[in-house]
Amino acid sequence: MTIEIARHWRLKSQRYQLVGEVCPKCSNKMFPPRDVCPECADDSAQPDFKFSGRGEVYSHTTVHNPPDGYQEMAPYTVALVKLEEGPLITAQLTDVANDAVKIGLPVEMVTRKLSTQGDEGLIVYGYKFRPQLATA
Amino acid sequence: MRLMKPSVGTGIVGYGSYIPQYRLPAREIARVWTDGQGGVPITEKAVPGPDEDTMTIGLEAARNALARAQINPQDIGAVWVGSESHPYAVKPTSTIIAEAIGATPHTEAADWQFACKAGTETIQAGIGFVAGGMARYALGIGADTAQGRPGDALEYTAAAGGAAYIIGAAEESLALFEASCSYVTDTPDFWRRPTMHYPSHGGRFTGEPAYFHHIAAAAGELMSQLGCSAKDFDYVVLHQPNKKFPERMAAILGFEKEQWETGLLSPTVGNTYAGASMLGLTAILDIAKPGDKILCCSFGSGAGSDSFSIQVTENIAGKQQLAPTTQNYINRRTEIDYATYVRYRKKLQMQ
Repeated sequence: MTIEIARHWRLKSQRYQLVGEVCPKCSNKMFPPRDVCPECADDSAQPDFKFSGRGEVYSHTTVHNPPDGYQEMAPYTVALVKLEEGPLITAQLTDVANDAVKIGLPVEMVTRKLSTQGDEGLIVYGYKFRPQLATA
Repeated sequence: MRLMKPSVGTGIVGYGSYIPQYRLPAREIARVWTDGQGGVPITEKAVPGPDEDTMTIGLEAARNALARAQINPQDIGAVWVGSESHPYAVKPTSTIIAEAIGATPHTEAADWQFACKAGTETIQAGIGFVAGGMARYALGIGADTAQGRPGDALEYTAAAGGAAYIIGAAEESLALFEASCSYVTDTPDFWRRPTMHYPSHGGRFTGEPAYFHHIAAAAGELMSQLGCSAKDFDYVVLHQPNKKFPERMAAILGFEKEQWETGLLSPTVGNTYAGASMLGLTAILDIAKPGDKILCCSFGSGAGSDSFSIQVTENIAGKQQLAPTTQNYINRRTEIDYATYVRYRKKLQMQ
């Protein structure tokens, strides 16, 4: 339980604000943060980079047999989302019917409940993606 | 001193709203519990998805307020969340929102509780906090995922949604707080004891001695002290537990339909509790013009009302479209049946 708490706490900047890194040498944008740039192998300190949260569905699948803590959402769709800034990110989709998800669907980041650890444990929040809101 | 007027001008620097996309029609509730007989208090209500709660609702509203304010979140000196449905009994909603918007670590943060008035309490306090020089900006949020006992009259209206306001100096504000007035008594019209899932209420006692008396007193005193009347306002928004109460209250205060219809969202959204009057105010600000004057009155059971006289400034120009409007969220509508509602609101015993 204690290790679980520390793990979630350590990831809060990524989970709440989509904070990754940008390579100071080749300007490659990374999510999640890494010690070494996967494009140019630069291993100098990487400055934080906050992603816009906008992107599109690159690929997707629907989960019918979820792990513990995710049962109340099932069946749900997990997607590889291609962010505007480049990286691919794996995340659950929300506010969309599973059969309405298509490759290329424009999506945006929202913060939602990822999982709930029973009636007494933590509520874990983090990023999911939903179809971009129509604002016209 | 009944009128509360800050010695330094303060106002709304940014505002934002959020309404979940799921809608449960009142006729669907009537189908299950009354065989479809009898009238229903509203058309439909907003229902949170299984991954939504007061934190996620308040956070999206706060992000929209920040998008309109265009300020550095590090300059926010208070993050206050008013709700009767905080996700944790002990563990602040406000610290999660403060972290997620980038306002931590040097900020005040706290959760507020006063039934449906918890949201406007954060506004009253925020005005004082900013005017007193304690912070450059204060973020006040009202949000709820209200629960009604299955089959109870409240089930038709208990809904989910919220609104957020960033309070700051007058010169940066898109609307100014001219003055406010609070009116509070010990009136037990609605309550929920610790560990109980559903609230209890006094039936018809929630009307005359509670809702109508407190709003009439807070709004009446504010207008009396300011030397104005209903005709001096372009818009009015009242706490909206249903459709009938705010319409009748507005008429008692002397307002006409064209003054209250923009801010009355309960017929299609339901009662968003701590979010209700604050959410209605966002719908008005979405279309307001410089110079417009707005009367906003909350009501919280237990009981009390906060009333605010608000004047829109030239700074509103260009701000309204910087984030989704409240009508955008109302238009984003997915109808669900009672069975889906029961699942999403965790009314099924699973273990």
